[in-house]
Amino acid sequence: MLEMRWHSRAGQGAVTGAKGLADVVAKTGKEVQAFAFYGSAKRGAAMTAYNRIDDKPILNHEKFMRPDYVLVIDPALAYIADITANEKESTKYIITTHLPKEELINQIPKLKGKEVYVVDCIKISLDTIGRAIPNTPMLGALMKVSGMFDLEYFQNAMKSVLSKFPQKIIDANMAAIERAYNEVK
Amino acid sequence: MAEKYELQEVEVWDGNMAAAHAFRQAQIDVVAAYPITPSTPIVQNYSKFLADGYVDGEFVMVESEHSAMSACLAAGAAGGRVATATSSQGFALMVEVLYQASGMRVPVVLHVVNRALASPLNVNGDHSDMYLGRDAGWINLCSFNPQEAYDLTLMAFKIGEDLNVRLPVMVHQDGFISSHTAQNVRPLQDEDAYKFIGDYKEVDPMLDFSRPVTYGAQTEEDWHFEHKAKQHKALMESVSVIDDVFKEFEKLTGRKYNRVEKYMMDDAEVAIVALGTTVESAEVAAKELREKEGIKAGVVGLRVLRPFPLEELKDALKNVKAVACLDRSAPGGTLGMLFNEVSAAMYHSENRPVINNYIYGLGGRDMTIENLKEIFKEAKANADAGKLTTPLQQFSGLRGPKLAFF
Repeated sequence: MLEMRWHSRAGQGAVTGAKGLADVVAKTGKEVQAFAFYGSAKRGAAMTAYNRIDDKPILNHEKFMRPDYVLVIDPALAYIADITANEKESTKYIITTHLPKEELINQIPKLKGKEVYVVDCIKISLDTIGRAIPNTPMLGALMKVSGMFDLEYFQNAMKSVLSKFPQKIIDANMAAIERAYNEVK
Repeated sequence: MAEKYELQEVEVWDGNMAAAHAFRQAQIDVVAAYPITPSTPIVQNYSKFLADGYVDGEFVMVESEHSAMSACLAAGAAGGRVATATSSQGFALMVEVLYQASGMRVPVVLHVVNRALASPLNVNGDHSDMYLGRDAGWINLCSFNPQEAYDLTLMAFKIGEDLNVRLPVMVHQDGFISSHTAQNVRPLQDEDAYKFIGDYKEVDPMLDFSRPVTYGAQTEEDWHFEHKAKQHKALMESVSVIDDVFKEFEKLTGRKYNRVEKYMMDDAEVAIVALGTTVESAEVAAKELREKEGIKAGVVGLRVLRPFPLEELKDALKNVKAVACLDRSAPGGTLGMLFNEVSAAMYHSENRPVINNYIYGLGGRDMTIENLKEIFKEAKANADAGKLTTPLQQFSGLRGPKLAFF
């Protein structure tokens, strides 16, 4: 079982990202689960979304999770959200930031000694999609870090997930995924 | 003619989307709805299907849930297939009309996305609404995940509309934990789903002007009791149709449903009895306890809450030494409903296990695998002692020291 937690602000697309990932993974024959904590979510409020992936049907419906990956798609949440909650020794962090990795870790001491990757999903989405929707770039970075799928396979799978959108938007998302895949460190 | 919807063999749907597609495939004549969290996306998706040409029926936007159920009831009496969805406060507002629907024997299908009842206001999942409506004379089907929310919604039409049943049917799924959780769902193609349900069979339609009929007539002490007895008998006897529909569905899909679902019960010494998504989580906990601690744990899930499967439950629990009954609804001054029903079932059984009660998960409080394991371990202690080692009723997952809630 592979488990992931997204830290996002309502409106940034974490739920869409988690469901998009579930869609892609399900096409490979795996069982998936994607859900979120809503509460009385308002646009901009901090929230979390979750993915579970397994080879057999997923029966676990608890919200509690010890994540294998923590995906932070809003730069400020790395500071104010409890992003290391219920972590394991092997938990990997992919964090959206404009800062170099060392500087980010210096500013957030609890990340010292952890496996941390950084990528600027906000800038990438502004450059490619034209709006601060950092979810698809984060998926590109996740593909690189996890090695789950190679870039081309993942892009093709995401094309069908996004098929209801105009070609221009699909192309922009493909560019965002590719940039994040190449830029995550 | 509605357009055919392109469906993959495996879709990733949340429980709401799954229920909305089941509604679409049933070719319902009238859906009347008033949205409420967390069931809103069912009618929202359905209205989008309608706008996109995938639905031929009428969609009526009304001003309240009382009106939604009234409109469904009226359209059903007029002679059409009807359905709606709701949750929580909306369900509470429907209650008056729920009794009308079952009394008039109109087979409305109501998809209930279970949510807590205020006060305090809470949008998250528990079974308060399910428990509020359990004596309304409806058939109650319970799903444990999005796939089952889809399957049972299709089956609800076929069961309720059967000429030997003609009763309204509720399908339940857990708010958010199932309704907003996307999982693999394997849907039927449109034509197969509709063929399975079949055409709606009219009974005394009010729109048949050549044969005028009355619905909802008044009866006092002269005939009211006989009407209610007949209605109760129909509900109790619906089990044969429910079993037949489950069998037919299994032939079509390979997915087997039982009125009482059993997991690892063959040699179980202790069992949890539960409803909803907790049934599946309890399976995970039982499996871990068997592998790591050698506790022979099993799980019994109620697929059909009404008519209550007394005999099947008795059979499922015939060999266990201790049973924990888990109720996700505030008990309101007594023991939980499942505790009462299970105790009643076991009282006349040869096996007399130690039974205790847990209230859990109110207002969406997480039911963790650890909580479930703890409950199994307490049941094991009861089994070993042959008597209660715990209070009869406890609160699982409550903040603070044990039983500190007052």
